[in-house]
Amino acid sequence: MNWFDKLMPSKIKTQRRSRSVPEGLWTKCEACGSVLYRNEVERNVYVCPKCDHHMRIGARTRLKTFLDPGDQTEIGAGLLPEDPLRFKDSKRYRDRLTQAQRATDETDALVAISGRMLGMPVVACAFEFSFMGGSMGSVVGERFARAAKVSLSSRIPLICFSASGGARMQEGLFSLMQMSKTSAALAQLAEAGVPFVSVMTDPTTGGVSASLAMLGDINVAEPQALIGFAGPRVIQQTVGETLPEGFQRSEFLLEHGALDMIVDRRQMRERLASVLAMLTRQAQPQS
Amino acid sequence: MNMNFLDFEQPIAELEAKIDELRYVGDDSVVNLNEEIARLKSKSDSLTRSIFSNLSAWQIAQLARHPSRPYTLDYIERLFSGFEELHGDRCYADDAAIVGGLARLEGEPLVVIGQQKGRDTKEKVRRNFGMPRPEGYRKALRLMRMAERFKLPLVTFIDTPGAYPGVGAEERGQSEAIARNLFEMSRLAVPIVNVVIGEGGSGGALAIGVGDRLIMLEYSIYSVISPEGCASILWKSADKAEDAAEAMGVTADRLNSLGLVDEVLREPLGGAHRDADAMAQSLRNALVSNLDELRRHSLDDLLAARYQRFASFGRFREE
Repeated sequence: MNWFDKLMPSKIKTQRRSRSVPEGLWTKCEACGSVLYRNEVERNVYVCPKCDHHMRIGARTRLKTFLDPGDQTEIGAGLLPEDPLRFKDSKRYRDRLTQAQRATDETDALVAISGRMLGMPVVACAFEFSFMGGSMGSVVGERFARAAKVSLSSRIPLICFSASGGARMQEGLFSLMQMSKTSAALAQLAEAGVPFVSVMTDPTTGGVSASLAMLGDINVAEPQALIGFAGPRVIQQTVGETLPEGFQRSEFLLEHGALDMIVDRRQMRERLASVLAMLTRQAQPQS
Repeated sequence: MNMNFLDFEQPIAELEAKIDELRYVGDDSVVNLNEEIARLKSKSDSLTRSIFSNLSAWQIAQLARHPSRPYTLDYIERLFSGFEELHGDRCYADDAAIVGGLARLEGEPLVVIGQQKGRDTKEKVRRNFGMPRPEGYRKALRLMRMAERFKLPLVTFIDTPGAYPGVGAEERGQSEAIARNLFEMSRLAVPIVNVVIGEGGSGGALAIGVGDRLIMLEYSIYSVISPEGCASILWKSADKAEDAAEAMGVTADRLNSLGLVDEVLREPLGGAHRDADAMAQSLRNALVSNLDELRRHSLDDLLAARYQRFASFGRFREE
């Protein structure tokens, strides 16, 4: 931080807009370093055409590429975060919220939309990782619970793409309780026999992985996503040794029995539609 | 420095040392020191009262982690009769960081589960400092399902720094084990009372903490992340744990005022470890009255109310 940054009051300070995918005509794959034509990357749903690296994408982009166009209703769009603890560290929580809202154009870290996927009615939610690390606070929990409620009352499948560092510390125990709130909502879906598919994307850790993300009737992950309860740094500090190769990556979790399948983003719609059609005893969807 | 006293209790420790000294002298002295001892004793009590009437969140966190604080088995021994500990998750191992079993409270059978810390170094290691691994949570779940099968109420004691962050724990699905318990407890068809007796550390605590009533002892804490963890992430320094404890609002009274905790049980002067019997007595009364109250509801009402309770947690605006 330079002297000018230090001088400015935190509320007018905005960090450089961080985007998961940089703007411009050309873009670079952070995994293999290839310089790629942006349009081609977009057409490839942000998977590197050279090395198949799955880039992180925002919640809106995710749902836009996943759901059929048109006929969409957003759930809980009017919900806005509060600051129940008047939390302040080096910065006030309120200022962090404003900053995240400006940087992402979202009101909080989860977007929920009811729409269709290959013609099949579904409720889909996606975490916005650029919004305070996709952390789960009261609004995220409530939006998820409402999405589950829509799914339950219309008996249509629920799908959630998680990308989160865990619970939102700035809301204290309210955040922790979102773990039980979302899990309880999923228990109701399970009791009613309405399927829930959890898709874990890079990264899914902490309170989100230890609640809704691991509770799918089908647990899916994108390739090479970091998934775990504790972050690798914390584990390394605890055990004091280097972690095994590929530890906490999707392939590692599949091998250890935590996932049903790893699905390439380019086949996500077809594969999920096919699985959901069988679970709900419908004809094989036409892609 | 007396290790039985925390930093902020040192003035009390000095007085108590003086009292001990006088008692020792008084035993083989012709001079009667009883009056002086009584005077110092009452001074020590009023000093304790004044220090304890104004504790910071961080001081309370230290009390919650006090090395002499009563642990789950200390309460089980004092509260229940006929305790039979049941072991193992039937899949992998028996995790000593979680204990559980059958017991009777005032004659009524129930299932009790709690995290257990160790007292001496050897036991601390065996109990993994009260940090459960997935097999611990799965043992807990097995006992919960047994409670449901035999229609026995469930009491859980929460006292953990958090779920264990280790390689093996991740390999065996720490996240899934915690998530599964939240899912199952939200609809477990028996009355459930959760009591935070010491440290309520994050998801590792919540994994046995979903129920119909949440009770906290006065000097226990419950938080989304440890004050040290929060400080090292948000303040970039674990030394700011004191500020983090204050900012997150981790104490029983604060959480009660936020509507997240149903009941706060006052502790004996100086904390539960100064008089474990008295603490156990007040805990017994609270358990008996809460369980009596919960038993009066039909199962449907109980589960609907439990769902409502968790659905209502959260603070937001709506436009």
